[in-house]
Amino acid sequence: MTVTERPRVRAHDHPHPPPRRRSIGSVEVLAALLILLVIFRNPFATWIEKYPALQTWTTVFVSVMVQATPFLVFGVTLSAVIAVFVPRSFWAKALPRHPALAVPVASCAGVILPGCECGSVPIAGSLIRRGVTPSAALAFLLAAPAINPIVLTSTAVAFPNNPEMVVGRGVASLIVAMVMGWLWLRLGRPEWIRLPRRPDLDDLSKGRAFWAAVRHDVVHAGGFLVLGAMAAATINILIPAKWMQWVADKPALGVIAMAILAVLLSLCSEADAFVAASLSQFSLTARLAFLVVGPMVDLKLLSMQAGVFGRRFAFRFAPTTLVVATVGAAIVGTVIFT
Amino acid sequence: MNRQAQGVILLLLGGAILKASFTDMFLRYVKEGLRPFLIAAGTMLVLAAVTTILYDLKYGSALDTECAEEEHGDHGHQHKEPRIGWMLLAPVLGLLLVAPPALGAFAADKSGTVVLQEQAAFPPLPDGDPVQISVLDYATRAIFDKGASMKDAKGTDRKVQISGFLSPGPDGQFVTRMMLSCCAADARPLKVAMAGNRPAGLADDAWVEITGRYSPKTVKDPVNGQDIPYIEVLDWKAIDPPRNQYE
Repeated sequence: MTVTERPRVRAHDHPHPPPRRRSIGSVEVLAALLILLVIFRNPFATWIEKYPALQTWTTVFVSVMVQATPFLVFGVTLSAVIAVFVPRSFWAKALPRHPALAVPVASCAGVILPGCECGSVPIAGSLIRRGVTPSAALAFLLAAPAINPIVLTSTAVAFPNNPEMVVGRGVASLIVAMVMGWLWLRLGRPEWIRLPRRPDLDDLSKGRAFWAAVRHDVVHAGGFLVLGAMAAATINILIPAKWMQWVADKPALGVIAMAILAVLLSLCSEADAFVAASLSQFSLTARLAFLVVGPMVDLKLLSMQAGVFGRRFAFRFAPTTLVVATVGAAIVGTVIFT
Repeated sequence: MNRQAQGVILLLLGGAILKASFTDMFLRYVKEGLRPFLIAAGTMLVLAAVTTILYDLKYGSALDTECAEEEHGDHGHQHKEPRIGWMLLAPVLGLLLVAPPALGAFAADKSGTVVLQEQAAFPPLPDGDPVQISVLDYATRAIFDKGASMKDAKGTDRKVQISGFLSPGPDGQFVTRMMLSCCAADARPLKVAMAGNRPAGLADDAWVEITGRYSPKTVKDPVNGQDIPYIEVLDWKAIDPPRNQYE
């Protein structure tokens, strides 16, 4: 399943005229595009200024990207370190051999990764490449952005009067991550996961391999992050606040609405608690659902997962996670808040 | 998209992030505390770009295994992936060419005012006449403390000064400040209604400095039904937006 196991690229294909020609083309297209943009900069900017909704969209989009870039770069760097410098044998020793036991261990290991969900997608991809059982890597992918110390601290700050929200978030997220890991063990098929081809790292020196992995992952995961950020900015502009008031008055609907809202808004897991706190018209259980679902499933994650693991995987995994996370949060919330 | 083009895009993205974090532009989008991380990430991107371009010049594309993969790999899936990298041009354009402003009246009008946190005790206001306080401080003291901590020793309301932009409200304009927790996607407005000598002839989004006193009046936010305090305006003047427009 891992890329490094496939046959080496045939040497006689190189040098290769068509790729060469295309390679010049792609830089030329880029240069031409940039020149056009510099020329049309002012008309473009004034055009945007005329539409406040469009301008707000641009601000929100750029903000999501600026906010996510450090976490993306951090995650990509860590995943390149895993890919290049951590030997395969390490994971065999670090995780219990039995996959069913590796799942809870990997979920709890999420505590040590201070970051948000943009970073954990490439890391999980890198773990799978290095031979970690997918169920454990996926449990880690879901747990890490929700239960790390930064996220739990910001949750505590955002809910000063409801410290049980922090406990609820940690517990519910861990449970959901483990359930999803075990579900994958029972129902998942390895062929659903298709990691993108990466340059053949084993051929290269450590330094070149590291930078090749960084470049590759930033361009892939970053490109999908852009798509997700655009979707999130669109939703941010479009959702009318009056609907929310109407939905909030109906308890069961409130939980589902907050889960869906978490998917659509695609907030960073370090910030979502503050937004949840401000949505005070919703019940605490509904807001817990928002906090549990958000770091596990959202538009930008769906886009990044489709890019890193393949579409067949993402379109099965994300909806299942959404259902499991919503139900899990509803149960934990009912236990804690009543 | 080939490796050279990827290198150029990474260079642009890293450069754009660095430019935004060395000027104060990044404050329009994120919290000030993110700056060191932005600089680190920007530097890392530039390094990745430089090594990509250098390796490409040194070893050429003869060793570019990705090109071979694209042709021999399985169908459909493979072809889309290099192209997704083009999307990274969007944030580059956003930062270098458009450089959108901080959120203003449009965003404020769409969302409900911040849910204020009650405090056990309010420390006395700092010295100064008028005393400069944040919009958040004014709103919290006005709603929960009924202005008691904004009085002087003799029990008269002290003069306070707040600044913000104008945004549309049910009873004339609000003076508003956006609050960020992380980035502008989670920004929420903090609105204060104005009574008395309120600013006239200014469009929404114009920045004003308001000198005024506590007013017991409140109004419900039309969006989320939260209480919005009033301020009795004594004097106002139009100002330039501050360095950090968020609170």
